[in-house]
Amino acid sequence: MRFQIYRYNPDVDAKPHMQFYDVPMEPTDRMLLDALVRIKIEDDTFSFRRSCREGVCGSDAMNINGKNGLACITKLADLQEPVMIRPLPGLPVIRDLIVDMSQFFKQYHSIKPYVVNDTPPPETERLQSPEDREELNGLYECILCACCSTSCPSFWWNPDKFVGPAGLLQAYRFIADTRDQATNERLDNLEDPYRLFRCHSIMNCVDVCPKNLNPTKAIGKIKDLLVKRTV
Amino acid sequence: MVNREVSGAHYGLRDWLAQRVTAVVMVIYSVLFVVMLLGLPQFDYASWKTMWAAPWMRYASLLFFLSLFVHAWVGMRNIFMDYIKSTGLRLTLYALVILALLAYGAWAVQILWGR
Repeated sequence: MRFQIYRYNPDVDAKPHMQFYDVPMEPTDRMLLDALVRIKIEDDTFSFRRSCREGVCGSDAMNINGKNGLACITKLADLQEPVMIRPLPGLPVIRDLIVDMSQFFKQYHSIKPYVVNDTPPPETERLQSPEDREELNGLYECILCACCSTSCPSFWWNPDKFVGPAGLLQAYRFIADTRDQATNERLDNLEDPYRLFRCHSIMNCVDVCPKNLNPTKAIGKIKDLLVKRTV
Repeated sequence: MVNREVSGAHYGLRDWLAQRVTAVVMVIYSVLFVVMLLGLPQFDYASWKTMWAAPWMRYASLLFFLSLFVHAWVGMRNIFMDYIKSTGLRLTLYALVILALLAYGAWAVQILWGR
């Protein structure tokens, strides 16, 4: 199978280049990650991140034939050749497919991704009704792979100011959590032309999410709550 | 000055809402305008002038233009926010767009009620 892969080693290369690889595949090779591992065996200067190899850890997010996705759950059979592999767009490249995710995680931390509750903890857990728990479905599953945020033009232009789809999905995950008491502070923190309102609902995030989540819907719910408390 | 990360400017919701409301106004007016145009007895200057003689048509058109300007202001500001990185230049462009839109507003009144 033929691949064209983005290569860049800042210590050696003046600028990035695309490198062709022809890799003989075995019948057991099903996913793109299998092919990347084969390339790595042939050329050990080629670098990428991977860990769980089953779409749970979110390490091997990359741009595959122009669309962000996880290499480990992208079927080779579905890919057109030559398969173009690039790092996630918009983030600084450390080497080859490895990008610097600091900015992404900084935005994630800015929404306080934990339950804030100052009441004394009960003897057992803080319980939720099944209906309240239901609201967290489609939110808690996010693995922070950054496929969505790095496919969002608003995040490309203002990664330092716009929280991005991943961060906003997580923000709503804690707003929606009935055990959390900081809803107003969270909304205050997001009511900002940059932090929230850079989202113009173009839904690139929904298109690429490997877990089939819907950040645009979560962002819409945050906007609804802002309207509700203002109007 | 210390370069702090600042967040939560506490505005943005009103502009976002205004853009949605003005969009609805513009859609309604656009449909109305086409209906009025097709309802003309003849496509000539005389019936065109009669259409604009009705005060409600002028007020509806003024509402349309005001909606358009508010909508354009939010949209232009969004574009500047995305692409203009210098705060000084961005502020200057904001001011220019606001002034231009105010002038267009006056111009619209002049066209609609002038003779």
